[in-house]
Amino acid sequence: MRKMLSFANRTMKEILRDPLTMAFGLGFPVILLLLLSLIQANIPVDMFELHRLTPGITVFGLSFMTLFSAQLISKDRNSSLLTRLYTTPLKATDFILGYLLPVIPLCIAQAVICYVLSLILGMQFSVNIIWAVLMILIPSFFYIALGLLCGSAMTEKQVGGICGALLTNLSAWLSGIWFDIDMLGKAVKSFANALPFIHAVELERAVLLGDSRAAFPHLIWVLAYGIVIMVIAVFVFLRQMKRQ
Amino acid sequence: MKNAIEIRKLTKDYKDIRAVDNLDLEIREGELFALLGVNGAGKTTTIKMLCCITQPTSGDALLNGKSIASDADEVKKIIAVSPQETAVAPNLSVEENLMLMCGVHGMDNRKSQEKTKEMIGEFKLDRIRGKKASKLSGGWQRRLSIAMALISEPQILFLDEPTLGLDVIARSELWDTIRELKGRMTIILTTHYMEEAEELSDRIGVMRDGHLLAVGTAAELKEKTGEEKFENAFIKLVKGGAV
Repeated sequence: MRKMLSFANRTMKEILRDPLTMAFGLGFPVILLLLLSLIQANIPVDMFELHRLTPGITVFGLSFMTLFSAQLISKDRNSSLLTRLYTTPLKATDFILGYLLPVIPLCIAQAVICYVLSLILGMQFSVNIIWAVLMILIPSFFYIALGLLCGSAMTEKQVGGICGALLTNLSAWLSGIWFDIDMLGKAVKSFANALPFIHAVELERAVLLGDSRAAFPHLIWVLAYGIVIMVIAVFVFLRQMKRQ
Repeated sequence: MKNAIEIRKLTKDYKDIRAVDNLDLEIREGELFALLGVNGAGKTTTIKMLCCITQPTSGDALLNGKSIASDADEVKKIIAVSPQETAVAPNLSVEENLMLMCGVHGMDNRKSQEKTKEMIGEFKLDRIRGKKASKLSGGWQRRLSIAMALISEPQILFLDEPTLGLDVIARSELWDTIRELKGRMTIILTTHYMEEAEELSDRIGVMRDGHLLAVGTAAELKEKTGEEKFENAFIKLVKGGAV
């Protein structure tokens, strides 16, 4: 346990000391929330009402967590530091947990910041906000697993392209955060529904409204995606570790 | 004197290439043994197998009696490696890098702080203890890298090209550090620099194409080849095959 925690502590420091983490991970969702609230104040749009917008932004922010963890893992794979650590008593599970666990508090912190800002901007406080912050753990599990998978399977350059561009765009456009996905037609709607992004946003929205019945199917969908991606990610990580 | 390392018919195949071919070698406890060879000779693959990073295709090696093939977890407790490139966590300070190595070896906080303080003193890192590793010069990074390897008090230390890319002064300082380590543990050093092997090591093994061509002290190898300069002896050995 101590060995794993030492490695996890290092992962946390490496991520937090990267200025991009603060800028994109925490700053960008805040700017989006402020900007869209400003639009809402001048041209009211249902979609940009805080109780619909905040859950969406909170989930969207998680795509940056995937990017940060994937970048760190792929960078480590190319460095001699990981070679050195492979010769220590650290086990495969220590490496996997050491990469995954530090990202969880970052996801929670991001959600707290978004909801606190929404309260400042005028959202009514309710106990459901606390549940929504806690429920972010389910989408976080999926996004963190995706980070482990991308970091284990891709080079640093590929991670920048796939996670930095493709994932953030998928997470932005196919999640129903900024506009109703129905507007894109039946085919795109079906495609979006097959992916976990829209379900993650709807899960958070339902929890914020206190509608556990509506939340449940989305929870199952996101959790199933998370488990499948995590199993694949662990398999790919172990294979890479053996190859090293 | 007892053997620290006993290598028996160690072999590694990569697809159609045999990187290390039936290597037999014994290294004595407390000895500084240098592995010399041109690129692709099999030095790094040998080190990787001995450090349990790469599994051998066949054969085995015993490190203080523990098998790399069947007892890798135990081997990892008694070895340490300073890899070819500088292996430090770039965004962590010098002190944090040392603490990280203590932690991954399972030391508690008190012991970690004691050992970190000790290594900072021994490697004269006090002036830069709070500096991020990425901001250090190549020489200081290499020195930190070796301090990180030593913090777990290994019985066997692997130094893979420790002075590669360093300037003359940084290399000389690192040689002093390695000299101070001699006798305290068994050290296996790989290098491209002839003078480094001659200056630092008790015995030298020359490798080519995965084979060990010759083993002996620098003086013995010069005598075997009839050369006065060690570099010429090495060239003669590698060009001429086994002696």
